Amino acid sequence: MSNTQGRGDTAQTGTSLKKRATLNRRKFLGDTLKSACGAGLLGLGMGTYSRQVESHPAWVIRPPGALPEPEFSGACIRCGLCVRDCPYDMLRLAELGESVAMGTPYFVARDKPCEMCEDIPCAAACPTNALSHELDNIDDARMGLAVLIDQEECIAFQGLRCEVCFNVCPVQGDAISIEMQHNRRSGKHANFIPVVHSNACTGCGKCEKACILEEAAIKVLPMELAKGLVGEHYRFGWQQKKVAGKSLVTPDVEHQYNLPEGVTYDYNKGGLSLPPESSDASPYSSNPLDSLKKLQNQESK
Amino acid sequence: MMVEQKFQPGAQAIAKKGWFGAYKWLIFRRISQLGILALFLTGPVLGIWIVKGNMASSLTLDILPLSDPYVMLQGLMSGNVPVTSGLIGVAIVLVFYLLVGGRVYCSWICPVNIVTDAAGWVRRKLGLKVSSHFARSTRYWLLALTLILPPITGAIVWELFNPVSLMFRGIIFGMGWAWMVIVAIFLFDIFISQRGWCGHLCPVGAFYSLLGTKSPLRVSASRREQCDDCNDCFVVCPEPKVITPALKGADKGIGPLIDDGNCTNCGRCIDVCDEEVFNFTNRFKS
Repeated sequence: MSNTQGRGDTAQTGTSLKKRATLNRRKFLGDTLKSACGAGLLGLGMGTYSRQVESHPAWVIRPPGALPEPEFSGACIRCGLCVRDCPYDMLRLAELGESVAMGTPYFVARDKPCEMCEDIPCAAACPTNALSHELDNIDDARMGLAVLIDQEECIAFQGLRCEVCFNVCPVQGDAISIEMQHNRRSGKHANFIPVVHSNACTGCGKCEKACILEEAAIKVLPMELAKGLVGEHYRFGWQQKKVAGKSLVTPDVEHQYNLPEGVTYDYNKGGLSLPPESSDASPYSSNPLDSLKKLQNQESK
Repeated sequence: MMVEQKFQPGAQAIAKKGWFGAYKWLIFRRISQLGILALFLTGPVLGIWIVKGNMASSLTLDILPLSDPYVMLQGLMSGNVPVTSGLIGVAIVLVFYLLVGGRVYCSWICPVNIVTDAAGWVRRKLGLKVSSHFARSTRYWLLALTLILPPITGAIVWELFNPVSLMFRGIIFGMGWAWMVIVAIFLFDIFISQRGWCGHLCPVGAFYSLLGTKSPLRVSASRREQCDDCNDCFVVCPEPKVITPALKGADKGIGPLIDDGNCTNCGRCIDVCDEEVFNFTNRFKS
């Protein structure tokens, strides 16, 4: 306001303009900060929520070829083309309110398992590689891993013949095999125990679907839940021995059995073997008096 | 008379051009929006498969792939490169919107637009004037946010929330609780903020507005000298700011072309103007 009288009017206009300009600048800065803070807070909430929904329930199984979960949620655009191209209509997109990331495809093995189409149409339809196009053999799919999770309820462990999971398995014999075990309850029967092999199980869920129990004893679990991993430094002696052709540690000392004269024991050759000359297949004399004489001799010594 | 005019924009246009003339582009838009939904729905409802998928990515008649560039960009930001069919789909859609105007997506395709248009109509009928104001630029902040979150979290975070994809997918694949989000947007636009969702917040629209900044297909106030200042176009326009320079900028030497990426090419201004000031044209026509 240090202007001369003559320029008073213009100076005043100039100041008010300047005032308005500062106000505008202030308003602009304020608005910008407001928007930025709002967006930041919103982002924090949305980001946190997105991390939470990545850990969906274990019964949610992704279609074959699905990338591991963190990458999957960055690749799947929730278009539903996999759902549409599934000839068995067993895939669905998660709706809002479900415990699965909204719009992502999944199936529930107990409801409708994967039929393991040879041409994998669901993965072929995926426009983003969230279902990997590198998967060209459905047997290489690893949607999860079947686990015989309840060995108390599974009737095979009761000695009953069931084997339904084994029989419906599309990779039968490789993914599930039947191992016979001694039935300790009856003492004379075998238990026909289904055993899952992770090197062949695709996680299709047919076993879980077919399990005859009210609640399946065999369930497909996410690989990271189902699979253990032995320490990288572990070496199994018998495997190393096979590779090296000899024992890498102190060689096994042959066990000395305390057996009657002439009798030998070899596990790999049928166990106990008697001296060839004794044709009656008994280390003991047929004459009971011999035993008495033997005793008398020992005592007299 | 003034009050009636204010709450019934287009009354004069109906009187002058007839009912169809005053709603032509609106009817075309609704046919487009519902028709696209119908194309996706014939498959799941009638078993006649024309278009599979949804707006994020689709396959028409088993040959034509179309993919939403905004959704794909979010995927790309999280580190995922689409396969060839996805890339072709994005390219086709990009070219389309670069030509016709990005926000054509909003007014001719997006189903949320029907909801917010309805909310705008209810607002006018109720004569609601109160609106909480926040900057129209908020949507660009949200757009930036939706593109920053994927590289940080590794996930396409926005698609967990996006009401646009949520509504479209909900109609085709099943709603779940998604209808509540749609109701929320409807009520938000009526009672909280005028044109709040589409005009201020939606990052999808913000993305498409950027695509459409230089598109040839435009609305132009070609006969702006005939404007009688009835204000009807400003009342119906979802982005009224875009009209001002074209309609009133003659003294400042601004051409009659509505040259703003946020014009949705909805054509309501053409419908509602009884003086036939506006028309569709292209930017190369002088």
